[in-house]
Order: sequence, then structure tokens, then C-alpha cells
Amino acid sequence: MTQAEVDDTLKRIQEHKGVQGYLIINSDGIPIRSSLDASVTQQYAALIKSLSDKARSTIREMDPSNELLFFRMRTKKHEILVAPDKEYTMIVLQATDAS
Amino acid sequence: MPSKAAPEKKQTHPAVGAAPIQRRLSQSHRGSVTDARDDDQELGNMPTNYMGEHNFFGRQEDQLKLTDAELNEEHTRILTARNPQAAENIVRFSHKERMFKLIPHVDQLAVHFQLDSHLVHKESEEGKRQLMLDSEDVKIQEVEVTTSAAGPDGETSKEGDEDDDEKAKKITASSGKSKKLTNQFNFSERASQTYNNPSRDRETFVEQTPRASFADNVSQWSISDAYNEDFEHQQKAKEKEQKKLVVKKEDDRKKKFVAVDQHGVDDITKLSRSKSASLSLKIVERMINQNTFDAIAQDFKYWEDAADEYREQGGSLLPLWLFQYDMVKKLACTNLTWNSHYNDLFAVAFGSYDFLKQSRGMFVIYSLKNPSFPENIFPTDSGVMSLDFHPHYSNLLCCGFYDGSVAVYNIADENKQPKYHSTSRNGKHTDPVWQVSWQKDDLDNNLNFFSVSSDGRVVCWTLIKNDLTYTDVVQLKLEKPANQTEEGFPLISLGCGTCFDFNIQQDYLFIVGTEEGKIQKCSKSYNNQFLDTFDAHHMAVYAVRWNKFHPKVFASCSADWSVKIWDINYQEPLFVYDLGSPVGDVVWAPYSSTVFAACTADGKVYVFDLNVNKYEPLCEQMVVQKKRTKLTHITFNQHYPILLAGDDRGNVTSLKLSPNLRKRPKAKKGQEIIDGPEAEVAKLEKILSLIRDPDDVRNKSTAQQGATTAVSGAN
Repeated sequence: MTQAEVDDTLKRIQEHKGVQGYLIINSDGIPIRSSLDASVTQQYAALIKSLSDKARSTIREMDPSNELLFFRMRTKKHEILVAPDKEYTMIVLQATDAS
Repeated sequence: MPSKAAPEKKQTHPAVGAAPIQRRLSQSHRGSVTDARDDDQELGNMPTNYMGEHNFFGRQEDQLKLTDAELNEEHTRILTARNPQAAENIVRFSHKERMFKLIPHVDQLAVHFQLDSHLVHKESEEGKRQLMLDSEDVKIQEVEVTTSAAGPDGETSKEGDEDDDEKAKKITASSGKSKKLTNQFNFSERASQTYNNPSRDRETFVEQTPRASFADNVSQWSISDAYNEDFEHQQKAKEKEQKKLVVKKEDDRKKKFVAVDQHGVDDITKLSRSKSASLSLKIVERMINQNTFDAIAQDFKYWEDAADEYREQGGSLLPLWLFQYDMVKKLACTNLTWNSHYNDLFAVAFGSYDFLKQSRGMFVIYSLKNPSFPENIFPTDSGVMSLDFHPHYSNLLCCGFYDGSVAVYNIADENKQPKYHSTSRNGKHTDPVWQVSWQKDDLDNNLNFFSVSSDGRVVCWTLIKNDLTYTDVVQLKLEKPANQTEEGFPLISLGCGTCFDFNIQQDYLFIVGTEEGKIQKCSKSYNNQFLDTFDAHHMAVYAVRWNKFHPKVFASCSADWSVKIWDINYQEPLFVYDLGSPVGDVVWAPYSSTVFAACTADGKVYVFDLNVNKYEPLCEQMVVQKKRTKLTHITFNQHYPILLAGDDRGNVTSLKLSPNLRKRPKAKKGQEIIDGPEAEVAKLEKILSLIRDPDDVRNKSTAQQGATTAVSGAN
């Protein structure tokens, strides 16, 4: 994917129906791109990074050949979609139909 | 005489030292601060009594040297009962007030000796024994002293002593058992007191070093991952050593560009270069779409129209996703095709059917998993009229353009240029290419495909190494009308081919539909002649399709509003359906030999099942949003019960077939369900035979599946 395609995809994601924001964090837990404000970004980055690490570690412990691709947390107010990766983690907040 | 009690510490010094101090007490008054160091030295380093504020350090080099006169100065000193060892300013942290507080009163008690003992009642057993012991001890001691005294003073012997000795001996003899054995030598205890240096505390404060907390999980897999990475690095390092020279030059050039924007661009560019990250991004986008279109996704998977049970024969089409893309809003969908390998991937070709309004075109790859945006977009110079995925290499796509050229694309390529493109020198058609189709690899294992165009040629293109070479297979020659005179040179005019299809079982056999309404049966081996000609329609034939199971049946649709089903051996169509509007496309279902669907220019989709109803469609449904949208193409999915319909506004609608439309024939009681292509063929045969031989209508109800082969003799 080129730089432009990545930018396009992120723009599309943001404009998609119900999406409240996204952020991309690197493997140290530092956010490199975000559409939310700074304090919220920092919070999400720190908290979700550790949760994502724990989830990854769980899956690999059960079966080392397996790998965590994606997980989502549906809450009362919205849904948090997390796609972890070796170097980067993408996090998107999307409103559910009920909220 | 020392006291009777157990030996105590002999304190000689304080007795000596106390005297001079006590002398001064009389003159003392509190509050006089003097240098007490010199006094101490006189006393021999004894920290006995001193005023509160002084610390004793011992003689130091830089200490004041005083003359004797000064030394003999009288200094008032105060005798206080203070513990020299006790600290003067104890500061303790009070948890109540959360701060350090100075404790004003410090305990000044100094314990020099401590002996724990018990109280025993003097009338008890133990008490009496003790008393006896005590009295004996006294007497023994007295005896010893007197004997020792008697030793040096041998002359002074007292009679009383002898008596005492005797008494003592007697006592010792009588109480020899209970007496403690003492050392035969002269045991005397000695003790001394040393000077305890006063302790000193030194503290320093430093600025706190910055801290950061760090957490991680370690487990077997992370360790093995690390080893694998290390291994790969070593491999790469080995390779790099071999390519050192070339790399150096590139690095020098690159450094100039990269050095400018190191920090901000770094992360995002790294992200775009990292394959797995872009994969995650794709997954996220698809998940978002799944969320948004959740209802549709559920319907796609699970919804079955319950009303079908009550409807006798009819079925319905449930609209699912609508695939739209901004850039193609003005273009018409000219072709739809599913990928041979991935069940959810399909390609849509966009171009324009209008002869006057020809502009650019494009083709677009969509996935069902992401209905809001295409996976891949390939813009082209002229309108794309047809597409086909290669059955084995699912990344190869051949397409035919409005300007008559054909091209082969590799959709996995980063750049959007075709791998092969035909030029005017290279056998390009002179008219729009209406259809292309991949064939099996030829004898040299080269990929090849066929194309049909309005210029009347059916051409076979072969990909040999890096080139596209063409061979004219058939030329669609028109029959000369009978009234034409044979003056001059006979001109051979060619008809215009609009569609073709290859037989599944017999690869060399194919049929071509023309704009004049004729369908030609051709063979790859015969170049000049057709095997047969069908006068099919009055207007242009838009699509011809072989049945997927039966080797002899095919369907055709045309602008003259009709859909016809043919048997290759008969000149007359088997079934004719009038749909009231130009039919854009007809296609057979992949799961049944008797089901087919057609789409018309008034926006409706028709689904027929010959097994259920030979004359009426099972379903006739309007699927477009706006009126006056023409449906141009339709196709079934191999795997899922889905139809895709493309229209001339650039939209592609997906529709789910209701259960009635997907019926498999019911087995009669006691019979096995025979599945598979043979059953399908037999099913169709049965129907066909009924058409051909009306006498057999009476046998309809008793006929069993799979039992009838050709009844009529003309097969």
C-alpha cells in the first residue's frame, strides 16, 4: 500500500457511518495518528495497548502457531475495534445501532 | 569491702573523676557554655557529664592549642544526670500529622547493669534452699578470706580461726553435695569499660533520577519469535555483505532526501510500507463495514424467506448490498464476473454503450466483505466491454475494450498497467470487443483467450513469453441475399459478433451470437465455415449461454424482448419467453440445470425454473432504485445463493435468492436423492423430451428420476 492509499483508507474510515474516531499506535504504545483529542488519545493508547498485548499473549500461549488478528469490545455506548499487529495497532471507535 | 551481691562492675574512674566535678558544682550555674574539650582530656577521655550542646570529637589537628593558663581556667559545669549516649534531637515521622516532628523529651536512662531474677517465697522449698546456700556462702567466704589473710600473716594465728576452719570444713562436708564446685584457682572477674565513640550521621539529598515503568509478557512463543528474528537478521546480514557496493551508492543518494523529514514522516511511511500493517488496516475497514451493514450481513448468511412456504411456486429476491462508486456513476456496467478462486471477489467492467458518448472507462474489483469501497480500481483509456478471470490463475484478468483492443491485467500488481496490450499492429479489432473468454492452455502450455467483436472476427490470442499473438479463428461471414447479382467482385461482408460461449464438455464447439439476430455454431478447427446457423432473433443477440450441465442446451436473449432456449441439434427453439423489454443478459444457475435468470431494460430480474413451471417465471422483480434504469448484466455466484445485477448507472445490486428459487427436486418416498451433474442432466432431458414428444405427457407423473435417457430418437 502506498502512502496515498493508506491516507485514503483512513479518510474513508473516518467518514464511514457511525465512526467516532480512530487511532494508530506503534509497538511502544505511542500514538502516531489519531482523530481524537490528545488526552483521550493518550488514555486509549496506554490502556488498549496493554489489553491488546494480554489478548495476544493469551492466544499464543494456547497455541503458538496461532495469531490474534482482530478483536472488538462492544460497550453500552459504542464499539471499540482493535486490530493488533507486530509493529502497529489500529483502534477504531464506532457507534452501534442502539446507541 | 565489696558488697555481698554478685560481682559488680568496679567503677573506679567515675569516683576519681567525680570529685573534681563535684567540687565545681558548688559554683555551677546553668547556662554557661564553655569549651569542655580540655577538661575531658584531663579526665582521660571520659564522657561523663557535659552540657547539652557540645559534641566530643577527640583531638584533631586543627584543634585549638591553649596555654596552661587557659587550660586551668575554671569553667562552670553542671552535673546533670544525662545519658551521654542518648541522642539530643530525635526527629520522628508522625503519621498522624504526616510530617517530621522533633521529640522534645528524650529518654535519658542509661542502663549499666541489669540482672533478671525471680522472687521466691522464703518459706517454700526453693526459698529455704536458697537461704541455706546463702548462709553457707557467707561462711565460706569468711573462711577463705581469713585463710588467705592467715597465709601472708602466718604468725597471727587465731584459735578462733581454727575453729572457724573446722566449722567451715564441717559445713562444707555436710553441704558438700549442694555446694557449687568452684574453680580451684583464684577466680576473679575483670571488666573494663571502653569509650564508645559517638555516632555521627551524614546525609545528602540528590535529585531523583527519572523513572519510567516498563512491563512486558514473556512466554515461550515470544522467546522463539526472538530467536527466529535473530536468525533472519543473520541471513540478511550475510546477503547484505555480498551486495555491499551497490547498496552504498544508493544509501548516499537516499540520505539527502530522507534526512529532512525524519520524525513526522517516518512512522506513517513505515506503516504504509509494512505489509502486515496494511493488512490490519484492511481488516479494520472491513469490520467497520460489517458493523454498519450488520443487518445485511446477517440476512446474507441466514435469512430465508419464510413466505416461500405459502407461495406455491413463486420465489423472491431479497436486495442485499448495493455497490456504488463515485467515479463510475455516469458509466454503465458492461460486464460482471466472479473470481475463480475467491468466492467473494468479483470484477465489474464499466464503459458506455452509447456510441456517441465514448470516454474513459475502468474496471473495478469488489469484495462482498467491503461493500462501501472497491478493493482495486483500474482506470482505462476506453470503455471496458468485457472481462474474464482465468480459471486457474485467479489474478489474471483479460478484458476487451470499446476501441477494439484487448489487454491482460495482473490484478495483484501494484501499478495499474496491463501486462499485455494489443495494438493496431498486433491484430487489434476494429470494432468494440464485446466478449472475451479464457481457454484451456494450448499444446505448448501457453495461456490463451478468445475475443469476439463487431468487426466480425473471432480471434484467439496467445500469451507467448512477453507477447500477445493473435490468430483469426472464424470470420462471421454473412450469407449473400439471393437477389444480389453477381456483377463485379463478390464482396464478403462480415456480420457483427456480439457474444459467444464455449461448450463445457466439448471445448472446440462454440456458439456466436450476432447483431443480425443469427446464432452461428462454430468449431475451432473449421475456419471458414460454420457448422450451423440458427435464425434466432429479429434483433441483436445480447447473450448466448450454454447450459452448465447439459451439453446440448443453450439459451439466448436479445433486444427483441425474448429469451429462447435451444437444443443444438434443432433449428426450432425449445422454449420462448417474451419479457416485454429488451433483455440485457441471460444466465444459467450453477446449482441446477433448469434454473436461469434474465434481466431486462425496465429494471426487472426474472428467474425461471423449467422443472417447476415451463411457461411462467418463478420470480419477476424490480430491483433498481430509480426508474428508467436499465439492467445490463446479471450473474450467479458459484458458492452462495446470490445474484449480482449491474445497471447503466454504475450500480451493482446484490440479491439473495429465496428458497423456492433454489429448489432441488424432491425425492419420492423410498427413493434416494441422486445428486450431481448426471441428475441435473437427466432432469433437463426429461423436460426436453416432454416438449418434443407430447405423447409422453401421460408418462410425466410416473416417470422416475434418472431412469429416462433420451426418449426421442433424435439425440
